[in-house]
Amino acid sequence: MKTPITLKINGEEHSFEVEPRTLLVHLIREQANMTGTHIGCDTSSCGACTLLIDGKSAKSCTILAVQANGKEITTVEGLATAEGVHPIQEGFKENHGLHCGFCTPGMMLRAIELLEKNPDPTEEEIRWGISGNLCRCTGYNNIVKAIQYAGAKMRGDELPSTEPVFVE
Amino acid sequence: MIQCKTSKEIGGMGHSMKRKEDDRFVHGKGNYVDDVKLPGMLYMDIVRSPYAYAKIKNIDASAALEIPGVVAVVTGKDLEQYNLHWMPTLMSDTQMVLPTDTVMYQSQEVAAVIATEKYIARDGREAVKVEYEPMKALVDPYKALDEDAPLLRPDKEDQKDNHIWHWEAGQKEETDKIFENAEVTVKEQMHIPRIHVSSIETCGCVADYNKVDNHLTMYMTTQAPHAIRTVIALVAGHVGLTEEKIRVIAPDIGGGFGGKVPVYPGYVIAIAVSFLVGKPVKWIEDRSENLQADSFARDYHITAEMAGTKDGKILATRMKVLADHGYTDASANPSKFPTGMFSIGTGSYDYPNAFMEADAVYTNKPPGGVAYRCSFRVTEAVHAIERITDRYALEIDKDPAQVRMDNFIKKEQFPYQSPTGWEYDSGDYHAGLELAMRTVDYDGLRKEQAEKRKKGELMGIGLSTFTEIVGAGPSKDFDILGIKMFDSAEIRVHPTGKAIARFGTKSQGQGHETTYAQIIAEELGIPAKDIQVEEGDTDTAPYGLGTYASRSTPTAGAAAAMAARKLRDKAKKIAAYLLEVSEDDLEWEPGKFFVKGAPEKSKTIQEIVFASYTNHPQGMEAGFEATHYYDPPNLTFPSGAYICIVDIDTDTFEIKVRRFVAIDDAGHIINPMVAQGQVHGGLTQGIAPAMYEELIYDEDGNILNGTLMDYLVPTAVESPSWETGHTVTPSPHHPIGAKGIGESPTVGAPPAIANAIVDALKPYGITHLDIPITPYKIFKALKEKGVLDKPIAE
Repeated sequence: MKTPITLKINGEEHSFEVEPRTLLVHLIREQANMTGTHIGCDTSSCGACTLLIDGKSAKSCTILAVQANGKEITTVEGLATAEGVHPIQEGFKENHGLHCGFCTPGMMLRAIELLEKNPDPTEEEIRWGISGNLCRCTGYNNIVKAIQYAGAKMRGDELPSTEPVFVE
Repeated sequence: MIQCKTSKEIGGMGHSMKRKEDDRFVHGKGNYVDDVKLPGMLYMDIVRSPYAYAKIKNIDASAALEIPGVVAVVTGKDLEQYNLHWMPTLMSDTQMVLPTDTVMYQSQEVAAVIATEKYIARDGREAVKVEYEPMKALVDPYKALDEDAPLLRPDKEDQKDNHIWHWEAGQKEETDKIFENAEVTVKEQMHIPRIHVSSIETCGCVADYNKVDNHLTMYMTTQAPHAIRTVIALVAGHVGLTEEKIRVIAPDIGGGFGGKVPVYPGYVIAIAVSFLVGKPVKWIEDRSENLQADSFARDYHITAEMAGTKDGKILATRMKVLADHGYTDASANPSKFPTGMFSIGTGSYDYPNAFMEADAVYTNKPPGGVAYRCSFRVTEAVHAIERITDRYALEIDKDPAQVRMDNFIKKEQFPYQSPTGWEYDSGDYHAGLELAMRTVDYDGLRKEQAEKRKKGELMGIGLSTFTEIVGAGPSKDFDILGIKMFDSAEIRVHPTGKAIARFGTKSQGQGHETTYAQIIAEELGIPAKDIQVEEGDTDTAPYGLGTYASRSTPTAGAAAAMAARKLRDKAKKIAAYLLEVSEDDLEWEPGKFFVKGAPEKSKTIQEIVFASYTNHPQGMEAGFEATHYYDPPNLTFPSGAYICIVDIDTDTFEIKVRRFVAIDDAGHIINPMVAQGQVHGGLTQGIAPAMYEELIYDEDGNILNGTLMDYLVPTAVESPSWETGHTVTPSPHHPIGAKGIGESPTVGAPPAIANAIVDALKPYGITHLDIPITPYKIFKALKEKGVLDKPIAE
């Protein structure tokens, strides 16, 4: 038996027929065909599936699609606008905040909510803020830099240097 | 230190150019295997064994087959009809694709369910009833070698016990003699535990067999697409699926670290099913399956010994290793030396005698030791040598930094012949350690530590001064299933001066699209932004052995430079023709040839390329293309000097990494930003096994931490803020003097952290702790030493 639901995804209304057990991440990837949201684990531990539901970051493998009925969803595909990329996308690219790119969408969406709640976070606040998202490639240093860069950009502050710093 | 010969616009070597590949990733436009969706595609799920060792009495698929949407259930007996129930491993052992009678480890594949939808396949999996007769599992590798241990592999005709192979290197008699007579000898038993690569993307594939054309397209998570194509052809050739009919596509890969080198049964079953039903079949494993059944790493039990003088001269080392390979020997190693680079076990130190030996054993654990972000056991070897060097320093009561300085191979000794038979190409170990010590103010830290010790505080300073071996490898020493380990590059420059370059390697996040373009930009002067790099499609890329063992820059990077040089030779001929001068009258600067003494008379590389299609000399082949297959003359030998400072809470024994400075020498650096990113990532994958990660099994072979809920991958909170730097000793035999860097930090970090923690506990008589070193292990060790009944301040 399938249930009809409607979702606003990245500003557009969508209607779906889903099984009650369908996870939101599977709906987004398989039925809405937006594959930027990834799946990295089956225990809600890795955060690769993170997206925004009504502006709040959520792990979409932990939510049933029917629970999201009527909500507004933002995925990585919805970050860039006609005006250009989102500051967080720019931050990740400019600061080498990604290697394989698999965790990146979830990491960026988590960071957006973090910066909305706390526009100028300390390094420690960023580290705790993204501790629900695993990255196996970067060692996190440059993800922290990327989020600091995006914060500065969103606040309108001077942008920090994106050059790597080496021990001399 | 890092100098650029080219302008920023050209973007050759040394520029921290932003990565070309990032745009698609930050827009969610990456194309990973699970994103592939083909018309009519079926989904596969796998039934796995709850037991580590059991007879399969019966598999009843009837309930599963009644579920609408379940298309088929495949068992080992089904595959047996086509002789597809077994497959070769990378080490020429054999592995069941699906077992016909006995399961050999927990979570082994037992049957596959194929359905029209993902969820239905999972329903089908739950409905398959398997009747098992459990048997007593063999979990302890030492007990597996007991004379009366049950034989785990009766399927192998020559196998009389559970011993797989013996390997040795060095001088046994001389080394034993030195140990008998030495003033000081030290010995520690170490276990480098079983861990997992845990790339955030799990493994999977879409097998798409086209019956009409007899053609297989295989989208898969693989680090070595060409080698996999050959393996598929070797296994499936007898059913007519020959190599030219197979296309392996490795699209974007979400991290590999060695775990995506092996062939897993799921891939083979998907191919078999697609072949039988004529439809595309997708198999994507979940995280539990990935952790529980995919190739583990490490699991080496090592007895390490060092002999030396009282005043600090190392005279010899001995290492004896027992490698737990689980159900089958599927370890990723060049087949000429089964314990791979344990040859590097003598470290960065100069002494003439050493003896290394290793034995491998079967147990009821998952198979396939992969060289997780390391070259074929370098990590284990470096851990052993760096720990035993500290143990020796402790024994003679000398500072571990001083012992290292006194015993390093000196820079004028390169090329250096190691006692286990390798020729180290270049290095300056003193410079690296000096820079690391200066950065942390080493002497100041030792004073601070002495003060803290008086107050009973636990502070430790740990060093690791390692030499790595990467760039597998020279064909005289390296092959996988007989295929020699060269790598390749093909460059085609189009008439308007823009290029496409294709490689036999496969990035899993290392940034090849940018760095390879920078190498070609360096050699030809064509801007890196005008060079599109492609990998991972066997129909278009030249044959190569793939990306692992930090081999992409040392092999395919060299191939790119060599192919570009072939083009530059051609460009020179065309320039001479266009400028109407002799080739000897021309000089090159990145991007153009000009006439000596008359720089205004010049031709840009773009003009030359255009002429190669429109106005080339009579008799010259048209076009501007070159291919090179690079067989390295030797390995490259990156090195590093790492210093870690830890503070340990005296109540909770929580370990805090206060600082970690990593000085790497990888020769010439192509893109410093990318190289630093590799070091950051590798260091976090180094702290992981040192303090958090271990695959734990109980005595029945049950895995106790088979999900990310309890297998502790470090988050941003556990990962420190890393400090990195370089010394530059170019490799003398590499075309661009590069050595590779991707795995140095994974190799170098664990012993630095372990040495720091053991150093913190030095006042309490603790000489060694096995990684991962947890607060509980420290607590237990102190308790055993009897120091915890009293205030620790004493």
